[in-house]
Amino acid sequence: MRWMWIDRVLELERGVRLVAIKNVSMAEEHLHDHFEQDAARGLPALPVMPSSLIIEGMAQTAGILVGHANDFKEKVVLAKIGKAELERDAAPGQTLRYTATIERMDSLGASTSGVVELFDHARPGEGFVDIGRIDLMFSHVDNNLAGVEFPEHNFVFSDSFRTLLRTSGVEASF
Amino acid sequence: MTTRDEVFEKVREVLVDALSVDEDEVTPEAVLTSDLGAESIDFLDIVFKLEQAFGFKIAQGELFPENVAQNPQFVKDGKVTPEGIAALKEKMPHADFAKFEQNPQVTKVGEIFTVDAVVNFVERKLAAATA
Repeated sequence: MRWMWIDRVLELERGVRLVAIKNVSMAEEHLHDHFEQDAARGLPALPVMPSSLIIEGMAQTAGILVGHANDFKEKVVLAKIGKAELERDAAPGQTLRYTATIERMDSLGASTSGVVELFDHARPGEGFVDIGRIDLMFSHVDNNLAGVEFPEHNFVFSDSFRTLLRTSGVEASF
Repeated sequence: MTTRDEVFEKVREVLVDALSVDEDEVTPEAVLTSDLGAESIDFLDIVFKLEQAFGFKIAQGELFPENVAQNPQFVKDGKVTPEGIAALKEKMPHADFAKFEQNPQVTKVGEIFTVDAVVNFVERKLAAATA
């Protein structure tokens, strides 16, 4: 199973935008090391979601959006992180919301812009707060790497993605 | 009418944004790959960003033609043949081939993709749109 960094798709407008959420949980083992207590520097443990995985969450959100636009016929691979700016940490018990929008797409690939928001369940009145932007580029690898051959089956969009879409109530045939 | 300086400034903004380079690195003679570090996906990024900046559409292969240097007909002993150069020139009227023609090693073909070539390309597109 692929390591999924989004829990549910909330909205999907074909070829336009996709909204997904990720619930950050203390049960995720990597949070125990990120960051662990640093006694030498007198710092307590600070479990927060690594920014690299927030980027992966946006990449999965935007990747599904780009793949869905062509009925998952293309192998959509993250090719470039144009911009990634995050102003706040995401802690266990908080919810990240990723909104990815397609800026431009053609047969070679796509560029997407993304907004990251954070919902703190301890402060529900604040709602989802904008905490950053992640802009990405995806390559349709079969069309964009001349001479390089890839397996016939679509290794990008595996069962994990299918399950995610189905449990989110999104109809997708791939 | 957009002046060449204005086009250059906008092209510079696009390249600074797409390639994370400093403004002063983007000189007219800078080569996108060897001087500014562009890789294959960056060319697609640059095309998308130029379209956004100037409001025109760029067809696939129009700015950065594909499959000329990869075409065995156009390459002999590691060099692009005169026919290959002619084909490139036809596809890239916006590029200056003078330097490349002196030593047309296929590995050096990326050097025709200069900032100046991009500015020329944009000028031609804008002129065609207003003609």
